[in-house]
Amino acid sequence: MTVDTRVEGRRGHGVHRLVVRVAVVFTVSFGLYYITWRWMDSVNWAAWWIAVPLVLAETYGLIDVSLFGLTMWRARRRGEPPAPIEGASVDVLITTYDEPPGLVRATARAARAIRHPHQTWILDDGDRPEMRAVAEELGVGYLTRGREWADRPRHAKAGNINNALMQTSGEFLVVLDADMVARPEFLDRTLGWFRDERVAFVQTPQVFSNVATGDPLGSQAPLFYGPIQEGKDGWNAAFFCGSNAVLRREALMQLGIVGYVQDTERSVALRLRDATAAVRRARRDHRADQALLPVLEKMLVALADARRALGNGEPLGDITYRLQRQVALADLRVGAGAVARVVAVVGARAGAGAGAGSAAAVVGRGPDDVGPRTGLEPDPDAGTDALNAVQLALRAIDVDRADEAQAILPLATISVTEDMATSMRLHALGLRSVFHNEVLADGLAPEDLGSMLTQRLRWAQGTMQLFLRENPLFARGMSPAQRLMYFSTMWSYLSGFATAVFIAAPVVFLVFGIAPVRSYGAEFMLHFVPFLAANQVLFLIGAGKTPTWRGQQYSFALFPVWIRACVSAFRNVVLHQPLTFAVTPKVRIHTNQPWRLVRWQLMAGVALAGCLLLALVRLSAGPQEFIPTAFNVVWVVFDLAALSVLIGAVRYRGYLAEEKN
Amino acid sequence: MEFKTEELGKDITLVRGNGRLNMIAAPRLRSVVAYAVENGRPRVVVDLSEVEFMDSSGLGSLISCLKTVRQAGGDLRIAAPATQVSMVLSLSNVDRILKPYAVAETAFDD
Repeated sequence: MTVDTRVEGRRGHGVHRLVVRVAVVFTVSFGLYYITWRWMDSVNWAAWWIAVPLVLAETYGLIDVSLFGLTMWRARRRGEPPAPIEGASVDVLITTYDEPPGLVRATARAARAIRHPHQTWILDDGDRPEMRAVAEELGVGYLTRGREWADRPRHAKAGNINNALMQTSGEFLVVLDADMVARPEFLDRTLGWFRDERVAFVQTPQVFSNVATGDPLGSQAPLFYGPIQEGKDGWNAAFFCGSNAVLRREALMQLGIVGYVQDTERSVALRLRDATAAVRRARRDHRADQALLPVLEKMLVALADARRALGNGEPLGDITYRLQRQVALADLRVGAGAVARVVAVVGARAGAGAGAGSAAAVVGRGPDDVGPRTGLEPDPDAGTDALNAVQLALRAIDVDRADEAQAILPLATISVTEDMATSMRLHALGLRSVFHNEVLADGLAPEDLGSMLTQRLRWAQGTMQLFLRENPLFARGMSPAQRLMYFSTMWSYLSGFATAVFIAAPVVFLVFGIAPVRSYGAEFMLHFVPFLAANQVLFLIGAGKTPTWRGQQYSFALFPVWIRACVSAFRNVVLHQPLTFAVTPKVRIHTNQPWRLVRWQLMAGVALAGCLLLALVRLSAGPQEFIPTAFNVVWVVFDLAALSVLIGAVRYRGYLAEEKN
Repeated sequence: MEFKTEELGKDITLVRGNGRLNMIAAPRLRSVVAYAVENGRPRVVVDLSEVEFMDSSGLGSLISCLKTVRQAGGDLRIAAPATQVSMVLSLSNVDRILKPYAVAETAFDD
């Protein structure tokens, strides 16, 4: 009986997949036909300032839908999981920073009640006594950062988990956000997938229990935690999403070790070069100083020796240890005064090359960097700076990752969305992932517009940081399809720019009569309508029973958030400016002026509504330009319908308040 | 897995492990080395000849120990790994940083 239904299900799945593929082929073909015609024959070059942005935005859209098609092409529904591995040891990690202890308590109780044997831990980055009390009361573990994290980058949630990895020893670990209440069967339903030894992690959906009917804030992501993740899974590219996932410790440690080796090889070579250049410049500039030259010569000999050894492939541990000892010996042989002079001279030069990231290394070094300061000359400030700088240049040549609290950083720290970066690197190692499509935990979504916007901004920023820092298209180790699965998600966050154009174009036409297209006549419709229709059909089939309109509205209506995320991530990665970073609040933020949060959308809405009125007046006046005007009216109505989601969002008073009514 | 320590010379600690250096043993190795450093013996050699298996957590603990001793002005050396451990060291490229010495007792003779 069960076998029969399963076969039938598989056959149904096969038919569905075939239909999806036909829709993909039609959509991409019609899309290419349309976009070729747009570029070659229909751009109104006279109004290039709007025509070119529009055709670019449309090209963006075609690439976006093609990537969606690729995602759907091999969608994988896994069905029943294999039985869990017997005797598997598991740590359940609950990450918290400033969430109320009562909320974490509920999460920890549920985690403790997971049926499969495991140890539950609260990872409290807030280091709060009341949180410790909750852990003691429930009899679960409690972990905070140790001394080694003082004065070093904490790496937020990734750092919190990395810290816990060093203090626990389970074969598998479950990661849960502070508000994610797990169901008892969580492990029974997921551990079995690890029977395949190459599987690094299993991700399950994230759903929220405090969402009012109609999901006014677009909190649920049914399309992502459904067809899209199933699609990515088909290409072995399911994403790790930071919570509700099980990970294999071995895979994470492997990742941490690969990262350590790469980082160490790169930094030793780089720092050797910088230090050598700095000492050489000092020798050139102070050729006459007889006290200084012998010391500089000794340093250069030591550095040259190290560089030669590096070229010969000697182990970095030996090279750096020898170098550090030679430098220390030079320090001992020369009197304190001479050292201070060397330091002042070399340091002034070396500072630039050593990099700001190493500043923490000096702080952690202990008393031996204080000694020589006694012999300093007139300008004590410059002397101290110079001392620090030379320490940086020479002492930073080491294999101890002194600027980090831990030598091994399994969870990626290069982005505020550590989860996506980590899963990308795991895939690049050739490991596998599973998306298990069954709700096994219920969380809490932000209940007000401000918190929701902060959360979306952070996700988008993290994704774009990764796009700029470790672009999947150029990262080694992944298959082309895996690269495109990551690229697809990153690409979708560029939509803000396209949306701005899709709002501006009809306004420009209806107000000034300037068309970006040579004509909105029959020829246009002939090219455009098949693409539009196929696109909609693909989306409907691909999504299946999943509700998608709310998600579509938000991806359109939050265009200022997406633009801001792209701009700030660019500033951060390329221009090295700090990223304003915020933890998504679990408690409501009250604001008196919610409308201010969506002022750009409000302006867009007013402009669109204004030209809608104008167009209706014009249409009623006569048949002139009827089709183009009508087409743009439909366009404006679509834009307004998408933006209208924000009216409900601004007026939303939270889950309890809504449900009482 | 058991760790036994011996003192060599004035500041060298010899750590011998036997069995499986895995996620269970890793925290213990780290505390053994941390203890040596606290007692003013920051030069540590880990004898791997009796370690029949090492996973990434075990390897990670060696790297963590290397960091600990370096920050105390010492060094960590590894010696005499058996086949599986040698393979892990070379597959992970960690041997580009930590090269095994043939004999534990003479690892610090340079």
